[in-house]
Amino acid sequence: MIAAPNRFAWWLGGAVAVVALVAIWSFSVGRFPVGPGDVWRALWAAITGGDSGLAANTEAVVTRIRAPRVVAALAVGAALAAAGAAYQNLFKNPLVSPDILGVAAGCALGAGIAILFSLPIGVIHAFAFAGGLLAVALVVLIGNWVGGRDPILTLILTGVVVGSLFGAGIALVKYVADPYNQLPAIVFWLLGSFTGVLPKDLAFGLPLVAIGVLVLWLLRWRIDVLALSEDEAQSLGVDVKRLRIVVILMATLVTAAAVSLAGTIGWVGLIIPHAARLVVGASFPRVLTLSIVLGAGFMLAVDTLCRTAFATEVPPGVATAFIGTPVFIALLALTFRRSA
Amino acid sequence: MSLEARDLAFGYRSHPVGSGVDLALAPGRVLCLLGPNGSGKTTLMKTLLGLLRPQGGEIRLDGRALGEWSPRERASRLAYVPQAAETFFDFSLVEMVEMGRTSHRGLFARPSRRDAEIARRALDTLGISALADRPIHRVSGGERQLALIARALATEATLLVLDEPTANLDFGNQMRVLAEIKRLRQAGMSILLCSHDPGHALEVADEVLLIQKGKTFARGAPAEVITDANLSRLYGIEVRYHGPHARPVPPAPPQS
Repeated sequence: MIAAPNRFAWWLGGAVAVVALVAIWSFSVGRFPVGPGDVWRALWAAITGGDSGLAANTEAVVTRIRAPRVVAALAVGAALAAAGAAYQNLFKNPLVSPDILGVAAGCALGAGIAILFSLPIGVIHAFAFAGGLLAVALVVLIGNWVGGRDPILTLILTGVVVGSLFGAGIALVKYVADPYNQLPAIVFWLLGSFTGVLPKDLAFGLPLVAIGVLVLWLLRWRIDVLALSEDEAQSLGVDVKRLRIVVILMATLVTAAAVSLAGTIGWVGLIIPHAARLVVGASFPRVLTLSIVLGAGFMLAVDTLCRTAFATEVPPGVATAFIGTPVFIALLALTFRRSA
Repeated sequence: MSLEARDLAFGYRSHPVGSGVDLALAPGRVLCLLGPNGSGKTTLMKTLLGLLRPQGGEIRLDGRALGEWSPRERASRLAYVPQAAETFFDFSLVEMVEMGRTSHRGLFARPSRRDAEIARRALDTLGISALADRPIHRVSGGERQLALIARALATEATLLVLDEPTANLDFGNQMRVLAEIKRLRQAGMSILLCSHDPGHALEVADEVLLIQKGKTFARGAPAEVITDANLSRLYGIEVRYHGPHARPVPPAPPQS
């Protein structure tokens, strides 16, 4: 099975088309159904500043309630998938997820502490973001200080250790939290949700995601070479140490932004790059590009299902795991049968 | 490209591996490093590639200290051919070879048409262009090794450093790789070869450096250096030859 460039173009075009359809579907369905035509008119009016000719409540549902949520889901999916793809190349391991260096645990602890002190929602986001950066910074600093012949292995081990330290921190925060108000808030936050995403949340998270994903995408031909051994990459003229730091920084930035926007959502960063690799081969530029599109579409589809399939909303962090596990097992079976 | 090392000490700061090594490699010549496991061959090779900092002495690439070359300049002159190990990521052969063009591209640049052409030509030179789009897991170990040599050619380097290019290959594939090394030498490349097999050194090398515990054990023309006495002492096992180009045959199993 060879992924020729034009086959890649077909996959990418197809994926973009599917994401567009998912977006239209997501705008239409819900407790207040809006026809696709009205969705289009409302969005067009919002972009051009014209008059949509629709009822005010229809317009509000599309542009003020659903649009931020759709954009957030797309951004979070793209961010997690891009970070996962980059990490899988960096760590030369297809089973690595964006959490490998403890970013999600850091975000969760940050948010937990902010909730414990009953800080306002914007500050909770900021704490979550800062906690994620802090966890990864600790991992990188400790990893550098420890050193060793295999810096990648050192980083992964340090990530596991620091991640479980932050995990213990979260447990402690939960233990001391007020069980009637704060504990449920922490639990809900950890489960993740796109409910009530506001434009001002997006104003913080979206630029971070955009910058991080863009930098990873621009560097995609260099990151490709990181899949080789460090000696090979270095001898091909890649400054491996510096590139590694840039990749970790960008992946952490987008993951922390995503988690502070929607809570800890697993699986997307693990499965989507894997799925992309199955259809377009190992080449990182192709895997990354397709992952960004597939990740965005998958997250939006899951979130739309979460808010419409059942009488009550299902947290997307839970849904991704329920959908992700069977999908991942199927992918594993496909990969291993193919290589057997 | 010529490579020269004088009184080279190599290894890690906390763990010196070897010292006092002199060597010189001129265009169109093959230098073979030969030594038992753990003799420091690989560490020496990495130091000569500029992947490890020398712990003493000096290395010159075309008369200029190796450390003065920028990594990208160095990468287009001095190429490394690793052992054909399995990677998880299943690149196609041509994608693998195109990575050889990395040092010729800007940080954000995608491969140009010229890069693709050079990669194709490198595959052609090694006679594997028919496999260009084949995933690297779907070719034989020998073909994978040839692809890595092709990647080194795609860097347009004229000095190749090969790390045990015949390890883990069957006899036919070993001969194929050795034949390519001879052809590259004839084309004027400088080749540094790490090997386990004295027979291969006799086959392709112009000069042999025997290494034991990080020191030069013997240095010179293959026929002079690869002798029964030297090999017996180097490997700690009695060895005897059948003819100049035959492989050394141990006369009896080691006494344990």
